[in-house]
Amino acid sequence: MAAGTVRAPAGRSRFRLRLGAWLLILPLFLFAAGTFVIPIGLMLVRSVQDPDFAAAFPRTAVALAAWDGRDLPPDATARTFLAELQAARGGDRISPAATRLNADLAGFRSLLLRTARNARAVGEDGLGTLAAIDARWAEPGLWAAMRRAAGPLTDYFLLAAIDLQRTDDGSIAAMPETRAVFVDVFIRTLWIGFVVTAFCLVLGYPVAYLIANAPARWANLLLVVVLIPFWTSVLVRTTAWVVLLQRDGLVNGLLRWSGIVEQPLALIYNRTGVLVAMVHVLLPLMILPLYSVMKGIGPSPMRAAMSLGARPLEAFARVYLPQTRAGIAAGALLVYISAIGYYVTPELVGGGGDQMISYFIAFYTNRTLNWGLAAALSLILLLATGLLYLAYARIEVRPEAGK
Amino acid sequence: MDGPDRFVSFDRVSKRYGAAVWAVRDLDLTVAKGEFVTFLGPSGSGKTTSLMMLAGFEQPTGGEIRLDGRSLRDVPPYRRDIGMVFQNYALFPHMTVAENIAFPLTVRRQPRAEVEAAVRRALDLVRLGGMAERRPAQLSGGQQQRVALARALVFNPPLVLMDEPLGALDRQLREQMQIEIKHLHERLGLTLIYVTHDQGEALTMSDRVAVFRDGGLQQLAPPLELYERPASSFVAQFVGDSNQFAGRVVRVDDGLCLVELDGGWRVTAAAAGGIAAGARTTLSIRPERVIVSDAGDPPENAGPAVVEELIYHGDHVRAHLATPTGQALFAKVLSGTGHGWLRAGAPVRIGWQARDCRALDPLPDHAGQEQ
Amino acid sequence: MAHFSKLAAMALAMAGMAVATAASARDLTVVAWGGSTQAAQKKVYYGPFSSQTGIPVLEDSWSGGVGILRAKVQAGQPNWDVIQVESDELHIGCDEGLYEKPDWAALGGKDAFMKDAVSECGVGSVVWSVALAYDADRLKEGPKSWADFWNVQQFPGKRTMRRGPKYNLEFALMADGVPAADVYKVLRAPGGADRAFAKLEQLKPHIVWWTAGGQPGQLMASGEVSMAASYTSRMFAARRDDKRNFQVVWAGSIYAVDHWVVLRGSPNRDKAMQMVQFMTRPDIQKELPPLSFQGATNLEAAKRTDPSVMSSLPTDPANLAVAAPLDVEFWVDNIEQLTQRFNAWASR
Repeated sequence: MAAGTVRAPAGRSRFRLRLGAWLLILPLFLFAAGTFVIPIGLMLVRSVQDPDFAAAFPRTAVALAAWDGRDLPPDATARTFLAELQAARGGDRISPAATRLNADLAGFRSLLLRTARNARAVGEDGLGTLAAIDARWAEPGLWAAMRRAAGPLTDYFLLAAIDLQRTDDGSIAAMPETRAVFVDVFIRTLWIGFVVTAFCLVLGYPVAYLIANAPARWANLLLVVVLIPFWTSVLVRTTAWVVLLQRDGLVNGLLRWSGIVEQPLALIYNRTGVLVAMVHVLLPLMILPLYSVMKGIGPSPMRAAMSLGARPLEAFARVYLPQTRAGIAAGALLVYISAIGYYVTPELVGGGGDQMISYFIAFYTNRTLNWGLAAALSLILLLATGLLYLAYARIEVRPEAGK
Repeated sequence: MDGPDRFVSFDRVSKRYGAAVWAVRDLDLTVAKGEFVTFLGPSGSGKTTSLMMLAGFEQPTGGEIRLDGRSLRDVPPYRRDIGMVFQNYALFPHMTVAENIAFPLTVRRQPRAEVEAAVRRALDLVRLGGMAERRPAQLSGGQQQRVALARALVFNPPLVLMDEPLGALDRQLREQMQIEIKHLHERLGLTLIYVTHDQGEALTMSDRVAVFRDGGLQQLAPPLELYERPASSFVAQFVGDSNQFAGRVVRVDDGLCLVELDGGWRVTAAAAGGIAAGARTTLSIRPERVIVSDAGDPPENAGPAVVEELIYHGDHVRAHLATPTGQALFAKVLSGTGHGWLRAGAPVRIGWQARDCRALDPLPDHAGQEQ
Repeated sequence: MAHFSKLAAMALAMAGMAVATAASARDLTVVAWGGSTQAAQKKVYYGPFSSQTGIPVLEDSWSGGVGILRAKVQAGQPNWDVIQVESDELHIGCDEGLYEKPDWAALGGKDAFMKDAVSECGVGSVVWSVALAYDADRLKEGPKSWADFWNVQQFPGKRTMRRGPKYNLEFALMADGVPAADVYKVLRAPGGADRAFAKLEQLKPHIVWWTAGGQPGQLMASGEVSMAASYTSRMFAARRDDKRNFQVVWAGSIYAVDHWVVLRGSPNRDKAMQMVQFMTRPDIQKELPPLSFQGATNLEAAKRTDPSVMSSLPTDPANLAVAAPLDVEFWVDNIEQLTQRFNAWASR
């Protein structure tokens, strides 16, 4: 503080140093922003944006937004639509619009594209011209679906992601039973995540304890064994499980040979297979944080507790277990969050009722280009993950609170 | 056989790892009730292994350990009722100080009111009255040490073990805690076994010190005897400072012997057991017993020497000396006036009383004739 | 400050270099469906093309999804050039403008190809089928139709079908007595899908769902199932390679055409088109069916295909006569809602 006179230059050089440091991490920052934050942000924004129809039919969208939604729209709107349809024909914008309408009303895609191909001169009777091309244009539901897609913002995708929809008159109602699938899938996803986490904890805890307390030579070997599933491709692992668990597989063979069962058990292509394979894959994520916490505890707390008169079980429950809580929380969080994002494993070894939410996210992103719905499902999954993390942070902050 | 003198006994106790690694070999040792015994030795000497076998965390591969006449062979650690203080304290980080201290009582299912009273007494005993609700991480090293002490004492164990409990503390705190532990031992009449590799600590605190080396007991004796009459050159070297000279025994005569040091200087020394004429030996003399004078000869074992270096230590001066016959030694000279003649390069006369110097078993590098 | 501008310039230059490297000239990249069929393509197409033209070819594989193609085109500078797509990806991608248009005159004219192979945006690559298959070593008296597939009394054992609504709704209707030619008419009509799902419901406890094309063969080989709705090419490959006695029932099979497309904005557009022309030449394409058990799209190639494998191909006239073509438009329109319905139904 004696250097008051040199403070200004010192301050400037400190600023320079700091700026230099920032410039050094700039590439990493740009990389993270460019490959992670921005794409995810853009994707999530799509869950409330509805730009596709308005991009191809801007004036129709405005006219439909002004329409009261009852019966059929004014004929002028239909004529505007016809004119824009002809203009859009052959362009790149009509397909995303058709995809968007088709998501709401199956068959709309081909209807729109066919109508665009067949639309000729616009007469005085817009609705009539359209109905002549395809009779469905006389159905009010078609126009209501277009009005719902007029954008620019929408709650359509978010509602659909929780099995709700807006009816033609604008009120919110449940999806028909044949399409209501996501609430079940979310519950299933969270439940499978929970069961997998529980199994990983029960199986991983003793293993982590063993490794943490084994001589270094054995511990390293065991760690490698634990990590092998991590380094193996998903397909190889899955194939291995198929070989083990199938009807005439090794496990069933042993069970039947030993006389435990007479008929082979269904161990794969159902929930059992999904759980076995996922637990196997995710176990290292539980073992590693537990191991690192246990490694720091060492044998002395257990010894101290026993020297003070606690039987091994009580010493474990009162002294050891509470000290591994941070590891349990971190492992459980890692496993759970990874588990609820899974889809390859359930896809390959699951049955009809074992698909998790990521399967649908991939399906809508990749197969049907319904990116709005994929974004809405992702948003809900991300929120669930975020809430979990907050809960974890609360648990983890508390023991340090006194510090 | 049994009795207060044999409250703890090790009877030919061995601990072997694998086929050939002996951590402890044929250990015989007893501790009397109320005694403060220190296990002293360098690392790997078997002292901690012996303590862990007594606590029940290691199983002897041979021999028998008894506590109060009862064999501990099949008694698990949690039924031995031995209070233990660990090297790193082993406090439970997720419990408060009070919960830590209450632990041995709550596992014994004592009534709540009694537990609270006992914890309060224990906290007062170690002078941590206001710290009950803190967590270990919020305490200083010395305070943590006291919590560990209180926790080991609160259930009134007949025997308390301490495994290098002060190793992590700085010197001042260490000395303060040494006194506190000593006072606790006296006040509570504890039987206490204390493990350390610090010989100063062992000498100041214990009733008796057991010096370990290579899995065996070198000497078990009160500090005074250990210092004054070490049984081996290892003990002489390990406990306190000493000068050591190689030589050969010329003759032994009624507890005294004549030794010819390498180089030809003949001196007399007290002979330890097993010293015979003609054998190689190591002479051990404490530096404060070396007499240095400017003119007059010391009464015994006098000879010439040259001051090589002087190191000032405040209360004393350490003088490094060399004799014409090749012995290098140092002497502690109480600092004071009138030592003007004592300066580097000055020729002096040195000597010592024969009973202050002991002829012991030869150190490994003193075993052969030196030229 | 000069110091910092230098640092900043360096950072920018490094970033620029990274971008430039990524965008620099890349070898012609062809993408197909992996596995043994792509291995066959490599032998018949990629290798000879490279050696005859001197153009190096990079290979990649994918498992479909027009979303990937859309993302690549929208990002600009796609890193794939020639892609084998299924007909729904051809259809949607064409509407989206994701593909470069082929020059049919250079390909030998539209008349040189079968009708389903000709489109504005791609050139048919192979014809493949999904059909009823069984292991004749396990079922002496084999099933003859989808109705038999549903008959678990006479033909015990589990069945395996592809998880999803596609093909299964068609097969269910055929099992329910709808002629192959009328399947999509019934499906489009009100109540058509209800009828198909009701029929599937009857068989549901006996179905093991497959997701990867190799699974039906494994499931039959391991005895897990007695019959499958499977890609026919896989069955014939298992007969040849693993000496399995798998039989295919062509009646009521559904066939579809895969297409070669060139991604819009491909920096290797001309080489890509040259390669598509090469791969659809009669003398080249005729070599593929004996290896992959998929049919040729070039009529001349089909004619010149090794006659010994002819009856194993979807393009055999006898097989085509009893099969139904996949209705791409129906599935593009309905895949989303029927998939939701299928999953709601399958998990009940």
